[in-house]
Parts: sequence; C-alpha cells; structure tokens
Amino acid sequence: MLMSGVRVLVGTRKGAFALTSDGKRKRWKVSGPHFAGWEIYHVKGSPVDPNRLFASQTSAWFGQIIQRSDDGGKTWFQPGTPAGEPTTTPDGMPQGESNKFVYDGIPGSHQWYDGTQHPWEFKRVWHLEPSLTDPDTVYAGVEDAALFRTTDGGKSWHELSGLRKHDTGPKWQPGAGGMCLHTILLDPSNPQRMYIAISAAGAFRTDDGGKTWRPINRGLHSQYIPDPNAEVGHCVHRIAMHPSRPSTLFMQKHWDVMRTDDAGESWREVSGNLPTDFGFPIDVHAHEPETIYVVPIKSDSEHFPPDGKLRVFRSRAGGNEWETLTKGLPQRNCYVNVLRDAMSVDSLDPCGIYFGTTGGQVYASADAGDSWAPIVRDLPAVLSVEVQALP
Amino acid sequence: MIRVLLPPHLRTLARVDGEVQLDVEGPATQRSVLDALEANYPMLRGTVRDHVTQERRSLVRFFACGQDVSHEPPDAPLPAEVANGSEPFLVIGAIAGG
Repeated sequence: MLMSGVRVLVGTRKGAFALTSDGKRKRWKVSGPHFAGWEIYHVKGSPVDPNRLFASQTSAWFGQIIQRSDDGGKTWFQPGTPAGEPTTTPDGMPQGESNKFVYDGIPGSHQWYDGTQHPWEFKRVWHLEPSLTDPDTVYAGVEDAALFRTTDGGKSWHELSGLRKHDTGPKWQPGAGGMCLHTILLDPSNPQRMYIAISAAGAFRTDDGGKTWRPINRGLHSQYIPDPNAEVGHCVHRIAMHPSRPSTLFMQKHWDVMRTDDAGESWREVSGNLPTDFGFPIDVHAHEPETIYVVPIKSDSEHFPPDGKLRVFRSRAGGNEWETLTKGLPQRNCYVNVLRDAMSVDSLDPCGIYFGTTGGQVYASADAGDSWAPIVRDLPAVLSVEVQALP
Repeated sequence: MIRVLLPPHLRTLARVDGEVQLDVEGPATQRSVLDALEANYPMLRGTVRDHVTQERRSLVRFFACGQDVSHEPPDAPLPAEVANGSEPFLVIGAIAGG
C-alpha cells in the first residue's frame, strides 16, 4: 500500500517540528520550530482525522498549554480560545479552560524520593492519546501521575480520578524524570479497556472505561526497590502494543524488557541476548506483531548507548532473540539518549521506524530497521516522535 | 489605562507585540491588573497565576517602578505611576537558565 506520504511530529526541548515526505520516505521537508522556545513534550494526531493534531506545550515558568491544529499543523490555536473567535463566552466568562488541569478533589500524597509523603502537584502533560473513534476525545497523561480526558476537542479537561485514587497511590514515587504518566494504550477491540504506565508506580489496566484500575505488575522484578516483586513501585519506561493483539504487551522497564500475553496478568522477561536491557522506548512493527524494537542504553547511571555505538535491536520472535541494526547509525563516539516517547512506526509497507535523540537527530528507516538515515541532525533535544501515514 | 509588559513567551501566546494596555476597574493592584489581563487574554490564564489558588507561579516575578513587588500582597495598591500609566507593570520570568 503506497500512501501519499508521512508526517513525523517531533516534540523537542525548544519547540515542535513537522517532518514530511512522500511514501518513499527519502526526501524530507522540515517545518518549525512551532511554539519556539517552549518544551513540547508530545504532539499526536487523531486516528480519525489526521489533520487534527494536539500538542502539549509546557514550561516550568509559565505552566501548561494545550494547542490544537485542524489543518495538519499549518495553524494552531488553544482550543479554549480559537483564533478569530471571541475570547469570552456570551455571558462574559473567559474561555481559557484548555490550559486547566486540576485534580479531582483533594489530591492527597505520594511517596517522595526520601520515602516521606509529598502532595500531588500538577506539573505538565507528558503524553496525549487521541481516541481511536472520536476526534474530540483525547486522553492526557500528566506529571504528577494522573489521567485526564477531554471530550470537547481539548477545550476542557477532567480527571479520571479512579486511577490516582487507587489504594496504592501513597506508594507511588517519582523516577528521575518526575512522577509521570507517560504511556496510554487504548484497546481497539474493547473500548472499555485501557492500559497506562507510570514512573515509578508501574502498569495499570482499566476494564470499565477508566472508572476503576488495578496494577498489572506481576512478574516484574526491580532490585532497586525494597520489595523487588512489589505490587507497585516499578519504574516502567514504556509499553507498546500491536493493535491486532491487544492482550500482548511489550515493556521496556528501567532494567529488563518484558512481555505479557494475558493483558498484564503476568509478565516474563524477554531481554535475551541484548547487550544491556536498560532503555526507554519500545515499539512494535506495524504489520508484524512479533517484531519489536528497542534502543539499549548502557545503564541507569550512564544514559547513553554502550561503547558509543547507537544501535537499534530488533526481535522478530517477540523477544529473547535480538538482532543488531546499525546500518546508517553512528558507530563511534555517540553518547545520545533516546527518550521513552521518541520512537514511532508508520503503517506503510515496508514499515517505517523513527526515533529521535537527545542530540537532536531524528533517524528514519523505510525498510523496517535494516537501514537508517537522519532526517534532521541538529534539532533541540528530542522528547517525542510520532508519525502519521497520510492518505 | 494600565500598561503591562509581558515576557516574550507570553507575548507570543497572547499574540501581542510590545506592551499590553488594560482598563482596570477600581484600584490598581496585582489582582485587579491580572484579572483584567486574563479577561482580555484568556489564553494567559494559568501562565502567571495558578488556575485555582490564584497564587503567582513560583518562577514568575512582578516589578513596578524598578521595585520587585512579587512578594507584595495581591490586593496592595501598585505605585501611582503604574496606576496612571506612566510606568508599566512588568511580568518577568525568573532568570534560571535553560
């Protein structure tokens, strides 16, 4: 299937960029920076309407902004205050609600780095996950960990507080990057089922559309916490799912690459012959549900590739047996990191794989990882990469 | 007419160049000026003050007539020069690198 093109949406420390190409994915056009100077944690398009994009624009100084585009990223607006429309409602109330993320009720406390309790404080949106069926519905994973949802195209956001109010909440703790809800997976076969992951609490599943949640961390083993097999407290870095097999999940944990085939009821390690099983991103080939990708990083204390060689590892067996992919990637003096939301796959054939680095490179493979080339080399540090196949 | 000078990122967000000019009802205070700012530019809600508590964000500071007024009570009168428009009210992002 030859689509007319692809659009890669890149969030960086200093703005957003859109990288576009035709179906061959050889020649690229770069646009940006959008929202120059702001941290863009994530940009993602609606599967229902590819021209509708949502962006998380954030700043330690000025807080959280949600941006939306309805024309594929040419123009953007804050959905609470559409460009050209009145900035107040007919009764005079300001329409600035799209930036507002307020926890439901009294937020309570979680575990701090030193083991004491610390109040929940909203900091930013890490991840935006548009609904598979409704262009106005989007889920937002935030720091400090919670799940929000909009059903009006981003104009207002409301917490699905059953997650944060889970009994284990006081035991959740921040990882080095903060206590973030960074992964949201929607089950295409069951609208009531959703998976999320939090650093450092672990993975959770809902089977009732987000009202109630339970931890799904059985089988995870984390030596850096007091009880290595605890129900919560695991630093899950990323989870990936192939839409055709929504009960099979692949996880890159702080250490260990894991797999479940029963919707998270039990996990088993599939690190196999990886040179190190520390890392951040993990993703699944668009057409081969047993083909997965990771980018191993040396260790928790040295966040760069082993031996200065940037290598993607691919397993065609759903884990355990990994092959090294290096063609076109730097194999000396490379000390960048690839963050958890900075890998994506397109749905073309052959499947395209993309990832961005903290050194500002975005690499693309148009042949499922066999060979790579940089689309751009000198962006700000890349926080997130998403790709859309355009009709 | 009260003049407000926003930091560059907030000018971009509000789609304004240079200073913002606001009509403020009643005495000119931090609260009344920021209320008027947010009423005219609702996209700035939450960027200077917290949405709920209305407290100044910790990395934002306010200056008037060369004085740091960040820690003044929100209902304290601002200097007459700000109230009569001869001096701007400055909203500044704290210098913290990045």
